Amino acid sequence: MIGSDRAMLILLAVVAVLPPVLSALGEPFLTVILSRALIFATAALSLDLILGFGAMVSFGHAAYLGIGAYAAGILAANGLTGLEVQVPVALAAAGVFALVTGAISLRTSGVHFIMITLAFGQMAFFLMTSLSAYGGDDGQALAAPSTLFGIAVFDGAARFFYATLAVLALAWLGLRTITRSRFGRVLAGTREDPARMQAMGFSPFGYRLTAYVISGMVAALAGVLLANHAAYISPSYMSWARSGELIAMVALGGMGTLTGPVLGALAFVLAEEALAKLTTHWRLPFGAAVVLAVLFTRGGLMGALSRTRGRK
Amino acid sequence: MTPALSVQSLTKSFGALKVSDAITFDVAEGELHAIIGPNGAGKTTLIHQLSGSLAPDAGRIAMAGQDITRLSMPARARLGLARSFQITRILAGFTLLENVALAVQARSGSSFRFLRPVAREAALNDQAAEALVTVGLGQSARRIAGTLSHGEKRQLEIAIALAMRPKVLLLDEPLAGTGHAESARLSTLIAGLKGRLSIVLIEHDMEAVFALADRISVLVQGRVIATGTPPEIRANAGVRTAYLGEEEG
Ligand SMILES: Nc1ncnc2c1ncn2[C@@H]1O[C@H](COP(=O)(O)OP(=O)(O)OP(=O)(O)O)[C@@H](O)[C@H]1O
Ligand SMILES: [Mg+2]
Repeated sequence: MIGSDRAMLILLAVVAVLPPVLSALGEPFLTVILSRALIFATAALSLDLILGFGAMVSFGHAAYLGIGAYAAGILAANGLTGLEVQVPVALAAAGVFALVTGAISLRTSGVHFIMITLAFGQMAFFLMTSLSAYGGDDGQALAAPSTLFGIAVFDGAARFFYATLAVLALAWLGLRTITRSRFGRVLAGTREDPARMQAMGFSPFGYRLTAYVISGMVAALAGVLLANHAAYISPSYMSWARSGELIAMVALGGMGTLTGPVLGALAFVLAEEALAKLTTHWRLPFGAAVVLAVLFTRGGLMGALSRTRGRK
Repeated sequence: MTPALSVQSLTKSFGALKVSDAITFDVAEGELHAIIGPNGAGKTTLIHQLSGSLAPDAGRIAMAGQDITRLSMPARARLGLARSFQITRILAGFTLLENVALAVQARSGSSFRFLRPVAREAALNDQAAEALVTVGLGQSARRIAGTLSHGEKRQLEIAIALAMRPKVLLLDEPLAGTGHAESARLSTLIAGLKGRLSIVLIEHDMEAVFALADRISVLVQGRVIATGTPPEIRANAGVRTAYLGEEEG
């Protein structure tokens, strides 16, 4: 775990100095791409809480990205651009959606859980496409960038970049604390063996549902950022394919390590951008490469990293 | 005196197969009550019903007079019912200390605490370490549970159960598959627990059963055909033909 912490701190430090370096190299647009990668890193981090620590394979996690994005978009369209309003609304909406759908989904397990979370994700997707006042299928431009108590915190690529980096760092610290707490140990215990946990006196349901809600809320935070990054809100943020990509990021980086999914998301988004430049037929080989990487790197990128450093 | 555990007319069928046929017995406080019977007699199914992982079709289970028949497994555990599994169930990715500390945590206040690092809760670790020493795993506290030998996993399960400070302990073949030395150590350990808590012991090792048990119930095809002290069971003609005779050839 100490290895994982150090890797994360190094990663944050390296990423933090990149914008001026990229500007000096005449590639300022890479800062924008990097911001996008950091947003997905936050989303992947949130998914790791339930997928990696709780063994809950949610195939509807992109719904929370969408809920966050639409909370920001709908409020902005109605003249409420302040994050001090948008963030609480996004968190509340995601929290309620997670509480209701989680309470139902968590009655099932295995493939049934995957299918039911997928179904709820699609439900959220179709709900957004039906919002004709907010662009329907096509989505619509964000009326105005979000502000914080009137300050234009997202103004300019560099400011936005550091704001996303700060959110990622906070999400990491928060989830790191939770996973090491009493609650986190119980959650990980239910992943190891639910029957053993019940025999000890723990009812897994409440712990799992709580983790599910926290995870959805953190993803919604990433959604608020995503709407600002694209200056657009679209139902495509919550497609089932996007949920699959989030799972791939977590698996690629190493489940249950927190640092791994961040690495996985960065690798995923940057590789996607690079490949899209090379060829228009990049999706199939890229998908295949991700699947192979997940299958053949035991424990994902984080596992490979800790092995080269001689750690367990 | 109210028995620590009381089982009345417990009945359970899997389709046409009656695995528990009006099972009735009591376990007094501090008593070690062994359940013996041939393979497939329904011993594990009985433990599942006592611990709450399987619902009986009919009958009643009470702990210290309180009806627990409808309670969930976690609720029974919190009342002081601990169990081991015939196929050991441990948290394989956790260290031994973490496994046992979690059992202490289960009875030490709320687990909906999100901030303080649990690894630094001395109260949990100290009690966990003590339980590990009791079962002879004190030196291995930092090992990952999944790397233990079969016998060591059984010891760990008992440490987990003891850390729960149970009133009633259900052990499903704790000696099965353990080496000679481990088996002897576990027998000594179980003998040491006698009198301090009530134990239901399922075991095929007859030498151990007759040495450890205060009373024995013999289960054949889901029915208790006899209950008595070890000498009574040894002398019981019905038991000899139905079970012991087969075993001893
Ligand atoms: N879930 C189930 N569904 C159907 N039949 C079952 C189920 N569980 C157990 N059985 C059957 O019930 C009978 C009793 O099984 P049980 O495991 O309780 O026996 P046991 O006395 O513990 O045997 P052993 O000494 O081999 O452990 C067996 O015939 C078994 O095949
Ligand atoms: Mg059995």
